[in-house]
Amino acid sequence: MALDRITLTRFRNHADTRLDDTAQFNLLVGENGAGKTNILEALSLFAPGRGLRRATLVEMAGQDTGGGFAVSARLDRADGNDPVQLGTGATPDAPARRQAQVNGAACPAIRLGEWLAISWLTPAMDRLFADSAGARRRYMDRLALALDPAHARHAARYENALRERNRLLSGDQDPDPQWMDSIEAQMAEAGAALALGRAMLIDRLNGELAQLPDAPFARPVLTYQPGGPRDAAGLGREMRRQRARDRSAQRSLTGPHRDELAVTMLGNGQPAAACSTGEQKAMLIAITLAHAALAAGDRPGMLLLDEVAAHLDPIRRAALFDRLRQGRAQVWLTGTELPPFADIAAEAAVWHIAKGHAERC
Amino acid sequence: MASQEIEALSAALARLPGLGPRSARRAVLWLVKRRETALVQLLDALAAVRETLVECQTCGNVDTQNPCGICADPRRDRRQLCVVEDVADLWALDRARLFAGQYHVLGGRLSALEGVRPEDLSIPALLARVEQGGVDEVVLAMNATLEGQTTAHYLAERLEAFPVRITQLAHGLPVGGELDYLDEGTLAQALRARRPIS
Ligand SMILES: Nc1ncnc2c1ncn2[C@@H]1O[C@H](COP(=O)(O)OP(=O)(O)OP(=O)(O)O)[C@@H](O)[C@H]1O
Ligand SMILES: [Mg+2]
Ligand SMILES: [Zn+2]
Repeated sequence: MALDRITLTRFRNHADTRLDDTAQFNLLVGENGAGKTNILEALSLFAPGRGLRRATLVEMAGQDTGGGFAVSARLDRADGNDPVQLGTGATPDAPARRQAQVNGAACPAIRLGEWLAISWLTPAMDRLFADSAGARRRYMDRLALALDPAHARHAARYENALRERNRLLSGDQDPDPQWMDSIEAQMAEAGAALALGRAMLIDRLNGELAQLPDAPFARPVLTYQPGGPRDAAGLGREMRRQRARDRSAQRSLTGPHRDELAVTMLGNGQPAAACSTGEQKAMLIAITLAHAALAAGDRPGMLLLDEVAAHLDPIRRAALFDRLRQGRAQVWLTGTELPPFADIAAEAAVWHIAKGHAERC
Repeated sequence: MASQEIEALSAALARLPGLGPRSARRAVLWLVKRRETALVQLLDALAAVRETLVECQTCGNVDTQNPCGICADPRRDRRQLCVVEDVADLWALDRARLFAGQYHVLGGRLSALEGVRPEDLSIPALLARVEQGGVDEVVLAMNATLEGQTTAHYLAERLEAFPVRITQLAHGLPVGGELDYLDEGTLAQALRARRPIS
């Protein structure tokens, strides 16, 4: 159950890169700027959404190539089913429109996600615990979306209603009470659905994390802290009750846009932001793996781990590889050098990446 | 570089919904090649519309007569009033003869961000029509967008005082969807399954 025969055409600095004979562990090794993360980004396009950099399609097309790009791969399936050919990209005449293909037939990009579940961890996420609460809300929503596609709709609708309410609150005239009622009714409905999606995500993650051993990885405990009543009726009542306060603040101070995700380390109860770099990385890895298991369900899974070995000591690295080995997901790892991967080098497919080319070692 | 006239026509067409500069230029080229046939037909049709079109003073529909064909039709059920955001929605519903009653066009939907306030919509006229009596049911056929549903909720509150049944399209429809883009089957289903507004 894995992707194989992967082709990147005019994707960022990869003019024409081919990766054959993949394995459970796949290593991309090369110096800074070689094009390792670009390969992970290309693979992340087989999931719904904008990929692991959240970039636009235009940014992904190779510079000075006339626009458009393609990523294709063959999904081999274990259960004796025929392999499936997956493809996605954009054409030069419509560089901003995502196209997708399954077995040569065009389909909406969202359908690619039916074939495999992809999770990733990138260095950009290392700041998560020190970052703003908004970054953690976006993180929760991205993870929740993988479990329930409707989550994105609730989030967008709530955001939209929030902007409407804030506009009325910050206007010159006092807000029209019936108009406020009407916006708050929409906000309460979408907000309750949004809060429910986040709360369920955190519950399920904690359930998954609880099954892990205590050592050697720091185990995180997640707490969802709602920014308002979680039920639609309660949220609606609270917004109405706080209109005067919100009017003087010129914005809404209650609701899921004020949610927070608190993370502490099991055992010492230390807030994640106060933990060491390596401990934070270990907790992020634990959350990523727990989420990947939840999101995959019975689909084949794929894990894209960009530079995860860097901050881990040898013992924790070995433990990570052990866990990955026990899992069913195909794993893609990047690094600037091979030694940190010595434990898996024998069983892994290794490519040396340089200047947008991949060479099998 | 095309002549000034051609450029002006292209620019005018490019502003039409659904067209862009490229398709506008293609349409102009197509018309230029058929200047004695299709171009003349288009000119006549445009001129006729320009001369005869009026806004119905009762419902806000656009027609060649005032009151419009729908308001003037004696076979229409006056006890049912369907409120829509735009004329396009009225046409979408009426194209398939899905609704046997009369319509009321609001001329938009509430949007704080776009600066569309209650006083910008034809709400007093709607309230006056209902107040006159004879209406049993008001169907709020707003789009499933946030703004559409906010508007529906707002109208329901304003209509609360009147002895009428207030119903809403059954938007099991794709959320965010606009009536104008729905096929007739889906529209008919939404109308048939309409329910009292909560
Ligand atoms: N659209 C594009 N066209 C061509 N090249 C691009 C495009 N976008 C990014 N690049 C280049 O791709 C190169 C490789 O980027 P990538 O992030 O994959 O490197 P990397 O191997 O992961 O390096 P590091 O070890 O520093 O993380 C960068 O030098 C970047 O300038
Ligand atoms: Mg990189
Ligand atoms: Zn009329």
